[in-house]
Amino acid sequence: MLRKIRIAFSITLFSLITLYFLDFRELLPQSLHFLAKIQFVPALLSLNIVILLSLVLLTFVFGRVYCSSICPMGIYQDIVGWLSKRVKRKKRYTYSPAKTILRWTTLLIVLLAFLFGFTFLVGLLDPYGAYGRIATHLFRPVYLAGNNLLESIFTQFNNYTFFRVGIYSLSVFSTFIALFTLVGVGLLAWRNGRTYCNTLCPVGTVLGFISRYSLFKVQFDNEKCNSCGLCAMKCKASCIDSKKLIVDYSRCINCFNCVEACKRDAMHYKPIWSKKASVKEAIVVDVNQSKRRFLTSTFTTGMAATSLLAQTTTGFSLKRELKRQQPIAPPGVQNIDRLLQKCISCHLCVTKCPSHVIKPALFEYGLGGIMQPKLYFDHGFCSYDCTVCGDVCPTGAILPLTKDEKHHTQMGQVNFIIENCIVYYDETSCGACSEHCPTQAVSMVPYKGALTIPHIEPSICVGCGGCEYVCPAVPFKAIYVEGLKEQQTIELVHEEKEEHVIDGFGF
Amino acid sequence: MNRRNFLRAVALTGAAFTIKESDAMSLLTQSFNANSAAQSYDLVAIMGGEPEVMFRKAIAEMGGMKKFISRGDKVVVKPNIGWDQPVEMAANTNPKLVAEIIKQCFEAGAKEVTVFDHTCDNWRKCYANSGIEEAAKAAGAKVMPADQESYFKTVSLPKGRSLKTTKIHQAIVDCDKWINVPVLKNHGGAQLTISMKNHMGIVWDRGYFHANDLQQCIADICTYDKPAVLNIVDAYRLMKTSGPRGKSMSDVVLSKGLFISQDIVAVDTAAANFFNQVREMPLEKVTHIGKAQELKLGTMDLDKLNIKRIKI
Repeated sequence: MLRKIRIAFSITLFSLITLYFLDFRELLPQSLHFLAKIQFVPALLSLNIVILLSLVLLTFVFGRVYCSSICPMGIYQDIVGWLSKRVKRKKRYTYSPAKTILRWTTLLIVLLAFLFGFTFLVGLLDPYGAYGRIATHLFRPVYLAGNNLLESIFTQFNNYTFFRVGIYSLSVFSTFIALFTLVGVGLLAWRNGRTYCNTLCPVGTVLGFISRYSLFKVQFDNEKCNSCGLCAMKCKASCIDSKKLIVDYSRCINCFNCVEACKRDAMHYKPIWSKKASVKEAIVVDVNQSKRRFLTSTFTTGMAATSLLAQTTTGFSLKRELKRQQPIAPPGVQNIDRLLQKCISCHLCVTKCPSHVIKPALFEYGLGGIMQPKLYFDHGFCSYDCTVCGDVCPTGAILPLTKDEKHHTQMGQVNFIIENCIVYYDETSCGACSEHCPTQAVSMVPYKGALTIPHIEPSICVGCGGCEYVCPAVPFKAIYVEGLKEQQTIELVHEEKEEHVIDGFGF
Repeated sequence: MNRRNFLRAVALTGAAFTIKESDAMSLLTQSFNANSAAQSYDLVAIMGGEPEVMFRKAIAEMGGMKKFISRGDKVVVKPNIGWDQPVEMAANTNPKLVAEIIKQCFEAGAKEVTVFDHTCDNWRKCYANSGIEEAAKAAGAKVMPADQESYFKTVSLPKGRSLKTTKIHQAIVDCDKWINVPVLKNHGGAQLTISMKNHMGIVWDRGYFHANDLQQCIADICTYDKPAVLNIVDAYRLMKTSGPRGKSMSDVVLSKGLFISQDIVAVDTAAANFFNQVREMPLEKVTHIGKAQELKLGTMDLDKLNIKRIKI
């Protein structure tokens, strides 16, 4: 029964958060971003004390329910495990000793990296962030392709329920990281269940520590148990030693598979005070050295490979990026150092941005800011009235803004290079930049004859990039936005409406 | 019948079969039931009413919608939906006007009416916040996206000077008739955006226009061999400054005007003169209008036209 509740709950949450990442048509309510906000690391970074305390308390009372049913990466592994059982009917898990040293070393490294401003590592290993990237960079293109297929079918019958969407890679590096995570964690889950959660996952280590002391636990009934080993066979955390009747609670994620598997009713989920005698704490005797070496080396190789790949990809983008000294951070970031500290690169802002102007950075923010969001204007520009990125950000790296606050937030400042401007060198009309400017920080002023030429007022520029996106000058744009380390507040002059009386046609 | 007569008869029959029903012919058959077709005007200018009321009066003076739309036609109504702005900003065509035009197209027997625009801002937001998507759907029209290049088909413009070929939205390419419904606005680059400039919403690559003599390209696109059967200029509100996007309500004037003509040069000339009363805008500055006259797309000489002026 407990297991069925757990499965129903997990599947609901998992489907909702995945669909929320994929939903480009805003069919799901925007408020579903709470699914991201209740995740452990986002709550920690946004200093959301209520959620953080709730999660800690939940773990202290019931064990690692978070890992079992709330964390999307955990549920992904369960799905892979379930699939592996469809393929290998006789699949069974076996008890393995805890990798305590690996777990705590990883956590320590992650913490140290974070304290030294290298948030990248936290983002890389945080299960929610990692899953977010998988959804954004791998599932989303598939979802969009499916949409386009349906669109082509429906449009044949003059039905415009679906519309075509562009599919393009937002970042080769992030896509590779997402693929590496999907395959790596997936393989571990296929073979041994929740290995990731009980080795590399920093959240797993912390919650595992708390759950050792949790009030409710799965416990053996020593009198009924005949050590048949069914429970250990079903334990995807490999934490039940059925010979010694020991459960390693630091690794138990409360899936209740053991409770349901037991044919003698000898496994119960109950408060610890109900039968103290049978509970024994798992003692870690030896750490499987070879496995640990394997995991560490896999990880390091992966890291090295990705950084190599990153070096090759910069070659393509250098040309475009050279002119911009400072990347443009999304509105509400306040300053780039704050972003670097708070962002775990879950890419919810990337996938939710309706104008597709947020993409993962490479080295623009420095090493610590790899995969963190930056604005780019290849496919669009930041909508003046839109505040989605701040609304959805679970870690508070992008603070929510009201529409009015957004209108007064300066993410960057406009720069005009007259030599590149069409009006200047062709002496023909253009004005595309000013057309898109919501504050008229770029306005068209009289030039030669009937011509008008752009005039910039950087102090009232919001940095939306409309001008840069649309500037038709080739090969170099005549107008672009330079990012700011610290976002500013701009003053907009309120203009009084003049009355006009029109009493004729004028011809 | 001798051989010569036989061949002549065959040739004539063949020729007769190749004649398609044309606008001119449907006009002939319909002139009997059109309500006030006794006198037909080249241009109707009207002011002082609500958008849909002005349109009803004006189209009646033009000879009724049936004069332009035939039974079974696939029609496109092309408003300006370029910007993510509310109705009051007049950055987009008035939705009430769009709805009324669609309604009258169906009454005239149109088989289907499609509405689209290649927007500048995010198209989903433009379609929604302009109020046009909702109004058009309520009136029974299909609302099509235009944000992907795959919706556009290449056409050649042999009469164009700077623009010889471009990609036009498939809805226009495949339709029988289309109606151009711009809103009258100031434009930083082209000075004014009216009927001719509204064509930039039927093409894919606007950047080419801007990079290759914008004003000439605007005139060139109007040489497309399927011109709009009607140009209906919405001047219910006009954006006098900071166009075409507008930054605040101080850019907008409630002017309550509407202009209809089949002559795109004439209707833009009339609308420009109307605009000139609010903010100085001599026709010489809006050079695409003069360039279009050079391309023989119409006349700027309003005195030569039969114009109906109505004040409500």
